[in-house]
Amino acid sequence: MSLDIQSSEDFPLLQVSNTTKLYGGRIGCKDVSFDLYPGEVLAIVGESGSGKTTLLNCLATRLTPTSGSVNYRNRMGQMRNLYEMSEAERRMLMRTDWGFVHQHPADGLRMTVSAGANVGERLMAVGARHYGNIRDTATDWLGRVEIAEDRIDDDPRAFSGGMRQRLQIARNLVTAPRLVFMDEPTGGLDVSVQARLLDLLRGLVADLGLSVIIVTHDLAVARLLSHRILVMRHGHVIESGLTDQVLDDPQESYTQLLVSSILQP
Amino acid sequence: MTNTPKTKVLVSDLAKSFKMHLRDGLEIPVVSGVNFSVSAGECVVLGGPSGSGKSSILKMIYANYRCQKGQILITDGDEIVNVADATPRRIIRLRETTIGYVSQFLRAIPRVPALTLVAEPLMAQGVAEDEAFERAGNLLSRLNVPERLWQLPPATFSGGEQQRVNIARGFIAHYPILLLDEPTASLDAANRAVVVELVEEKKTQGVAMVGILHDHDVRDAIADRIIDVTSFASAA
Repeated sequence: MSLDIQSSEDFPLLQVSNTTKLYGGRIGCKDVSFDLYPGEVLAIVGESGSGKTTLLNCLATRLTPTSGSVNYRNRMGQMRNLYEMSEAERRMLMRTDWGFVHQHPADGLRMTVSAGANVGERLMAVGARHYGNIRDTATDWLGRVEIAEDRIDDDPRAFSGGMRQRLQIARNLVTAPRLVFMDEPTGGLDVSVQARLLDLLRGLVADLGLSVIIVTHDLAVARLLSHRILVMRHGHVIESGLTDQVLDDPQESYTQLLVSSILQP
Repeated sequence: MTNTPKTKVLVSDLAKSFKMHLRDGLEIPVVSGVNFSVSAGECVVLGGPSGSGKSSILKMIYANYRCQKGQILITDGDEIVNVADATPRRIIRLRETTIGYVSQFLRAIPRVPALTLVAEPLMAQGVAEDEAFERAGNLLSRLNVPERLWQLPPATFSGGEQQRVNIARGFIAHYPILLLDEPTASLDAANRAVVVELVEEKKTQGVAMVGILHDHDVRDAIADRIIDVTSFASAA
């Protein structure tokens, strides 16, 4: 093994170049390019229909881009084009190195198995076999996302929306992924529940040194969680940069409109 | 520590204007031809009436605002970084280790207790949690924030309490460069005196500071030099 751990932070984890997705003649996203480094949180913002989720799905191999490339640095330090990998390799990546937090927990959880099994299942997928260890790890993770230990055997149908979302996060993070995709993780939650989730995410991301790409239409969420921001409109990235710089000194007309449209409580 | 003055911040030919797209692309000039430098252990105060561009200059040094022209050179250890064209990653690293910002307004984070907010910059620099919390507590005590508030999120604190939490957060860690955006506005005399002490301590540690201070007493107490920002007014 010649992996140089010390300098691994100096190389991008993900390199996106000219990623384009067309739906027939319509643009989903067009010519999007950026690098994501280890430990970086990137927010993709823009209004509904701007192409945020299309882009996210192209990056996470849930959609095949029409053109462009997405390269990912694996644990051996090799850059691999996601769309030149075999389906099996991609699936392995999804199970081990990556997480995907959906807006609707039902899309990311198995609703008919227990909370503990939802978390344990991901562990088994990466080779854990000892029941006691799996259960202990699952209990530990439920604790970290503030789900009481005595709920471990309940299935998520018995959970509130906020609890389900926290469970989905535990299920994603239990295998210590390097890159997590999030699609509006706080969407549809009321504000106090949202605050709890954001605080939790903020802590976990910092503690685990995760790289995250988060899609949100909520600029406050982007400000709280992200280092960098991409502003999308009609499928194009129209402005990007340091999060507080883009939000406090927006240059583009559309970004100025977005920022000035926020209601102050 | 060496006695030779060492330039920490060098601002040259800096210009800033705002383009308001929502008002038909109205161009609002802020400053131009901004030139000054700050040495280690020196506190430079930006003077001038409201609206003359003091805050904008401070925000450009912190890379919170972009600039249209000029450069902002920052000494970061053995390196010199131009904030005006540095990458976001480089800026984030600068903000962790090299440039601190004490603002007037606290951006409270839901559910995060005051003590943690204050300790965070230290922990980001690698200080152990126990020590970070202890030092955070000491600083909050010095700034007369009662201990019963430490474990509460500051969103519901009074304006003055929030401001003192923010000052503690701004002063707790060592940054070779510290930007002060009216840290004493609306503080009482006792707390103003604490801020003056904190600034003096930073000076002896060789910290280079750029500040905006409307309070004349505080300004006279800490300023080594006053730069009149109206001389950088853009020709409107």
